[in-house]
Amino acid sequence: MNASSTVFPDQPVWEDDGTHRIPFVAYTSEAIYRKELERFFYRNHWCYVGLEAEVPNPGDFKRTAIGERSVILTRDADGALHVVENVCAHRGMRFCRERHGNRKEFVCPYHQWSYTLEGDLQGVPFRRGVKQDGQVHGGMPADFKTADHGLTKLKVATRGGVVFASFDRDVEPFEDYLGPTILGYFDRLFNGRQLKILGYNRQRIPGNWKLMQENIKDPYHPGLLHTWFVTFGLWRADNKSQLRMDDRHRHAAMISTRGSAGTAEQVTQVSSFKESMQLYDPSFLDIVPEPWWGGPTAVMTTIFPSVILQQQVNSVSTRHIQPDGHGSFDFVWTHFGFEDDDEAMTSRRLTQANLFGPAGFVSADDGEVIEFSQEAFESKPFHRTLAELGGREVENTEHMVTETLIRGMYRYWRDVMEAPA
Amino acid sequence: MTTTLNFQDWLALTQLYADYASAVDSGNWDLWPEFFTDDCVYRLQPRENHERGFPLATLAFTSKGMLKDRVYGIKETLFHDPYYQRHVVGTPVIREVGEGRFRCEANYAVFRTKLSDASTVFNVGRYLDVVVHTPDGLKFASRECIYDSEMIPNSIIYPI
Ligand SMILES: [Fe+2]
Repeated sequence: MNASSTVFPDQPVWEDDGTHRIPFVAYTSEAIYRKELERFFYRNHWCYVGLEAEVPNPGDFKRTAIGERSVILTRDADGALHVVENVCAHRGMRFCRERHGNRKEFVCPYHQWSYTLEGDLQGVPFRRGVKQDGQVHGGMPADFKTADHGLTKLKVATRGGVVFASFDRDVEPFEDYLGPTILGYFDRLFNGRQLKILGYNRQRIPGNWKLMQENIKDPYHPGLLHTWFVTFGLWRADNKSQLRMDDRHRHAAMISTRGSAGTAEQVTQVSSFKESMQLYDPSFLDIVPEPWWGGPTAVMTTIFPSVILQQQVNSVSTRHIQPDGHGSFDFVWTHFGFEDDDEAMTSRRLTQANLFGPAGFVSADDGEVIEFSQEAFESKPFHRTLAELGGREVENTEHMVTETLIRGMYRYWRDVMEAPA
Repeated sequence: MTTTLNFQDWLALTQLYADYASAVDSGNWDLWPEFFTDDCVYRLQPRENHERGFPLATLAFTSKGMLKDRVYGIKETLFHDPYYQRHVVGTPVIREVGEGRFRCEANYAVFRTKLSDASTVFNVGRYLDVVVHTPDGLKFASRECIYDSEMIPNSIIYPI
């Protein structure tokens, strides 16, 4: 069964050219992880950095991360957005320690090298040395040019108030990166309205970063793991649903519309369902449909590799994946609303936020299962997971009873990871 | 506002804080909502959101009913690794004494112990409270847990 004879293989061994059985070692190898950082996070891909509404004014900045690299999103005096790497050109220090703020310039405290918000080096103390007794001592070499020593500047793409960046200057246009289908779901959520930041949740999940992408590409588990969803009628097997991917299968959208026909008992085989169960306080489920939904009540979009876009009824958020080693990632939730929300809608979004995040009724358990999967992967790296629900192929579907999106992501993963350097 | 209160109130107040800590560490989750008034506020919020004026909380409940719904979630629907928790709560600081109500706060640290594992610092912060007199004794009209802990170690299931 296990093609590898050793307990600790160096390379993932796939059983054939499919992606329906995923080697545990893909989650446990530090070498594979570093290759992922290089090939997915630092080259050829767009990664999420934040929302424009987080840096509304000239001089505003937000520190965040792409992969394991610290970057800063800034808005300059002219209102233009920039993303620069948080590494001083001199001694390499991560100079920006605040997570947000407002500055006219960045100064590395070590030797006070100063940079514009765009990342250009503008000041180097003692650049021309010190004059003493008619002589000039020290200073930078005569051919030192500040223009050669700016911060690393990233390519920036903004759309609908969301900011993505890439270390790779040759990355394809953002719209092509998403592809028309996923771009459609992106634009549905970010349709040009001004966003209103509601706040953050931060959790550290001791599991491989891909497991979170897979969790949101897995419509098999919500009705089974998240019994709260089922108990209170939010998830039903007769929900109308679609699964969609881009041509390369790296991104995906899980689209569902709440079913209403029949009693829940007739449409679920889940033993945990309790017909008589009622909330003491129904405001958790005070759902008001919004015109921009255009039908679906929930769309979960996975943008590979770095972010998940959540619309679950009235609760909307971005969930940023910041990997830290092969076995851990930080998961940062930014909840938001829209400029035209009235007070009731804002409070509805905030109340429904109880379902999500690190303590959420239907999200806390996702972090838990990821941790326990990782535990087993580490102990048995020669083994593999099974993702064969709905077949062994990769295809869009009109139902949720399939793991096609996970197979799709690994189709893409194999294409990139197995390509020559 | 003067912060004078009689010894009996002080005794009842410190007893309330001690009882709360004892209850949420006991594993008997049904005890928890009974520390609150019917139209209470309970919030578990990152210090960052609190100080930057962002309204989002990790948990935000606005009635005793919601607390009971949370207890149901803990007991029946939320899959999680079982753990013990242990609260260490400082002496409350009285910020304001009003007619039948106190505004006070206290530091807290919660340790988590998973089965077969070491005890670790889980969540650290302070309670911002409004405590009121009721026929059933002192209750929390509002308890906000504003936590310093920047990263939640995976998940928070039980009440802080
Ligand atoms: Fe889930």
